[in-house]
Amino acid sequence: MSVLDRPSHRPGTRPPAEPPAARRRRITDTGGRRVRPAELVLRYLLLLIVLALTVGPFLWQLSTSLKSPTEDIYGSPPSFLPRHPTLRNYERVADTVPVWDYALNSLKVAGASVVTNCVGSALAGYALARLRYPGRRAATLVFVLAMLVPVEGIFIAQFTTMRELGLNNTLVGVVLPGSVGAMNVLLMRNAFRNLPYEIEEAARVDGANAWQRFTRIALPAVRGTLAVVAIFSFMGAWDDFLWPLIVLSDPSRFTLTIGLNYLHGTFANDERLVAAGTVVAVAPLIALFACLQRYFFRGVGEGAVKG
Amino acid sequence: MTAPAPVPAPPPAPRVPPTPRVVPAARRAPGIRRQLPTSPWLFAAPGLLIAGGFALYPFVSTLVNSLTDRRVLLPGRFVGLANYRELLHDDMFWTGLRNSVLYVVGVVPALVVLPLLLALLVRRHIPGVAFFRSAFYTPVVASVVVVGLIWVWLLDERGLVNSLLEAAGAGRVGFLSDPWLLLLSAMAVTVWKGLGYYMIIYLAALANVPRELHEAAAVDGAGPVRRFLSVTVPAVRSTMVLVAALSSVAAFKVFSEVYLMAGPSGGPAGEDTTLVMLVQRTGTGLTGRVGYASALSVVVFAVTVALMLLVLRADRREET
Repeated sequence: MSVLDRPSHRPGTRPPAEPPAARRRRITDTGGRRVRPAELVLRYLLLLIVLALTVGPFLWQLSTSLKSPTEDIYGSPPSFLPRHPTLRNYERVADTVPVWDYALNSLKVAGASVVTNCVGSALAGYALARLRYPGRRAATLVFVLAMLVPVEGIFIAQFTTMRELGLNNTLVGVVLPGSVGAMNVLLMRNAFRNLPYEIEEAARVDGANAWQRFTRIALPAVRGTLAVVAIFSFMGAWDDFLWPLIVLSDPSRFTLTIGLNYLHGTFANDERLVAAGTVVAVAPLIALFACLQRYFFRGVGEGAVKG
Repeated sequence: MTAPAPVPAPPPAPRVPPTPRVVPAARRAPGIRRQLPTSPWLFAAPGLLIAGGFALYPFVSTLVNSLTDRRVLLPGRFVGLANYRELLHDDMFWTGLRNSVLYVVGVVPALVVLPLLLALLVRRHIPGVAFFRSAFYTPVVASVVVVGLIWVWLLDERGLVNSLLEAAGAGRVGFLSDPWLLLLSAMAVTVWKGLGYYMIIYLAALANVPRELHEAAAVDGAGPVRRFLSVTVPAVRSTMVLVAALSSVAAFKVFSEVYLMAGPSGGPAGEDTTLVMLVQRTGTGLTGRVGYASALSVVVFAVTVALMLLVLRADRREET
């Protein structure tokens, strides 16, 4: 894990290396090696091409959503910028489907998922890593097995369970199966195990009970991993499609992803509306990512190794 | 592997009545007093409940249901392997299996190679490279629904890609009307969305490749391609296996991309139905055939496990 942490910290450590490089007016990488100008041009060229391919589609969607209803969006050659940018499509999409209610539902689901995952996986992770009791290995095994079971293989059974619990077509039903992700539990377990034991041991000798050791000593020390769990829970719940599609049938309870699918299926003829809807759905996550990239990248590393 | 420090024996307690068998842990765990919220099982309970109730129990119940003719609204009877026999004669099942397998074949090589090249591209710390890395990761952050709909519009008969093709003098292409082209387009979308994710995994692996190896190879006169093949690839080989395993399992379970691009019924005559789409269509709704859908789910699960084993086995053979 320590190895995988490295690239995520690199963007943060880059600035100190840069000013001297800039002053010498010579492009070097962090290793201090010079980069040949020809190679540099080629690299930037390739980077820009990939940039156009990865970010371009999002910008095209944004541009489509800002084009007025009278503007031709099908023309060839295409016009990349809206001639008269307007927010009219965002009003219209809200008139067609209750997109802000959907956004609120998504926010509720994602928020609840963050809370339950942080609390549940921190508690369980601590129990697996630090507390000693018979059956601990069995408990760990439960989480490992749960992590290996793919949602796609069991969602029919989950669906019937939800019906039996009377939670079909509710937001609680959307949140519940993913409310304490097994992988998050194992991530937290590893984070707790990597803490030096001596401090907790000292606290224990001083009479702190497990709960006090957990909240006062261990938990503050794993804030980074907790942030990763929070972010990935939020993203997972906000982006999820298959499970909410199964559980929710009443259009007034849709989350954004299901609502967009509904919008697309029912009003597919108006690309501007769908575009406005997708922008609403993706903007919050891009903002979140822009602010907290470090944790996103760190999560990939930890998840890949553990997963 | 923190070795638990030896724990002083608890002071001889006055004889207590035997605690109920339910929470034996609370008594034996050293250092934990018998105050309420400190029992390890209480800590683990929410997690265990969810993992047991929404992963392990459904798994077992899927296996059991696959042997019944249960429907969403009707309790089932035991029918033995009838569902599995029916499956063998179900054309839709074979279509679904074919498409899901094709998805693995089409997507995995691209997701093993392209992100590695991308990682090499953003590896050198030239000015602005952090921005590019983040930008390349954007598709990972977006919901698969957003991504799917963006590409439905881009690949539309009158969408941007076709406008560009026409402007370039080529004819318009029915990416979303021809079943095979649609499946290919969906694969391309899956690759597009996954690039950034695997790029980050490769970046971490590349950070471990000693630079001296590259320099030594360069001194020996190896060109960039040669250095890539004989220094970089062997050094990140285990990561390539990991990526192959992760992406093949994910690709086989594909649902959303094809569902969004082909529609719920999988295009005309269901030609583009994937296995998981078939499970969803068969087992949900008020008339859903839970029993049969469970048998299909068991196939999904079995193939997923088989794919994992296959990748790991191929890895081991190569190593020896």
